[in-house]
Amino acid sequence: MADAIVNGLGGLTVGFQMIAVDWRNTIMILVGFVLLYLGIKKDCEPLLLVPIGFGCILVNIPLSDVMSQEGFIRAIYDAGITTELYPLLIFVGIGAMTDFGPVLAQPSTFLLGAAGQFGIFLTLLLALALGFPQLDAVAIGIIGACDGPTAIYVTAKYAPHLLGAVSVAAYSYMSLVPILQPPIMRLLTTKKERMTVMKAVAKPVSKTTKMMFPLVITILGGIIAPKGLPLLGTIMLGNLMRESGVVSRLTKASENEIANVVTLFLGLCIGATMVGSAFIKTQTLIILALGFVAICLDTVCGVLMGKVMRVVTGGKVNPLIGAAGISAFPMAARVVQREGAKWNKKSYLLMHAMGANAGGQVGSVIAAAVMLSVLAGMGIIR
Amino acid sequence: MLICGMGGTILTLWIMSLVMGLLGKLFPEKPAKKEA
Repeated sequence: MADAIVNGLGGLTVGFQMIAVDWRNTIMILVGFVLLYLGIKKDCEPLLLVPIGFGCILVNIPLSDVMSQEGFIRAIYDAGITTELYPLLIFVGIGAMTDFGPVLAQPSTFLLGAAGQFGIFLTLLLALALGFPQLDAVAIGIIGACDGPTAIYVTAKYAPHLLGAVSVAAYSYMSLVPILQPPIMRLLTTKKERMTVMKAVAKPVSKTTKMMFPLVITILGGIIAPKGLPLLGTIMLGNLMRESGVVSRLTKASENEIANVVTLFLGLCIGATMVGSAFIKTQTLIILALGFVAICLDTVCGVLMGKVMRVVTGGKVNPLIGAAGISAFPMAARVVQREGAKWNKKSYLLMHAMGANAGGQVGSVIAAAVMLSVLAGMGIIR
Repeated sequence: MLICGMGGTILTLWIMSLVMGLLGKLFPEKPAKKEA
């Protein structure tokens, strides 16, 4: 009788004993708290950081079996991450939420959206130079897409063991865009360039053009880079639903209910990949550093492309709008507007920057698609 | 990789910008008709 009581009570203390066995779990629980703090108190991507932080705590509690074969997060993970469904469903929502009108009014801003993705390729090379295996380097480079779902899609497919580090890097740096970009923008431009006033975009875009856009982009992009068709197809499906205006129930469900449920699942799964033994490595720190470099390089390349466009147009383009060529929508456009107005009160760059930013949204998907298709062409991936 | 990736991305988006520019010309926004 006494033995049974002692054994029973012993069962309740095993968890405490296990805390001492692996200190990395304790560190990761603290990391979970930091993520929750950033999400709740600092309002940094709370929709994702709250479930990620909580998932991180859940999986690092000693003897936690949430990610074991029968664990409930494992079931969610297998249903949507292993199958790559979650990032694609999120993309339908993003497409349903995004107005590509500004980029259609000025199609040349697509080029800024292209330059804003060059960080992907430069970081990929950097990761290879640092000795990362090819597929790991692909996943690290994709942080430069500055696009959470794209990063998750590519990482889950080619380097699932890096999912936690890559996702946290992608979402953390995205929320830091207002802090990271302005110093780079100032460093690469002259005062005269920053003060340039751009003419207002007055060209209206017809409904037909807006509806043709997702169809044409899907077919054209799909033919050029078929490996990225799931990404491109889902974002464009969402956009077609939005622009057609005939399936408002589906559009609303995509941008609200579906996106919300999937965001919750996605966050929990990402957090649950952050197990202490797998996450606390020098490699994780290097990935976080490379993610930072990737997003800085995106901004550098975007601004430089803005400068090229300024030369080509005879000084009509303010190169600051190049910084909006990344996928962080509409945050990057707002940063550009704020920075431009700081140097010239008469400068109103928002609509131009929104064009570049919407171009960046498409650009990030195209860049990922091109990268995957090039790698497939080289025989690195299947 | 660098050449194919960066070149491929910019080329694809350039082609898309041309096509979208063309679509904008083919389907211009018509001014709203005045009600009689």
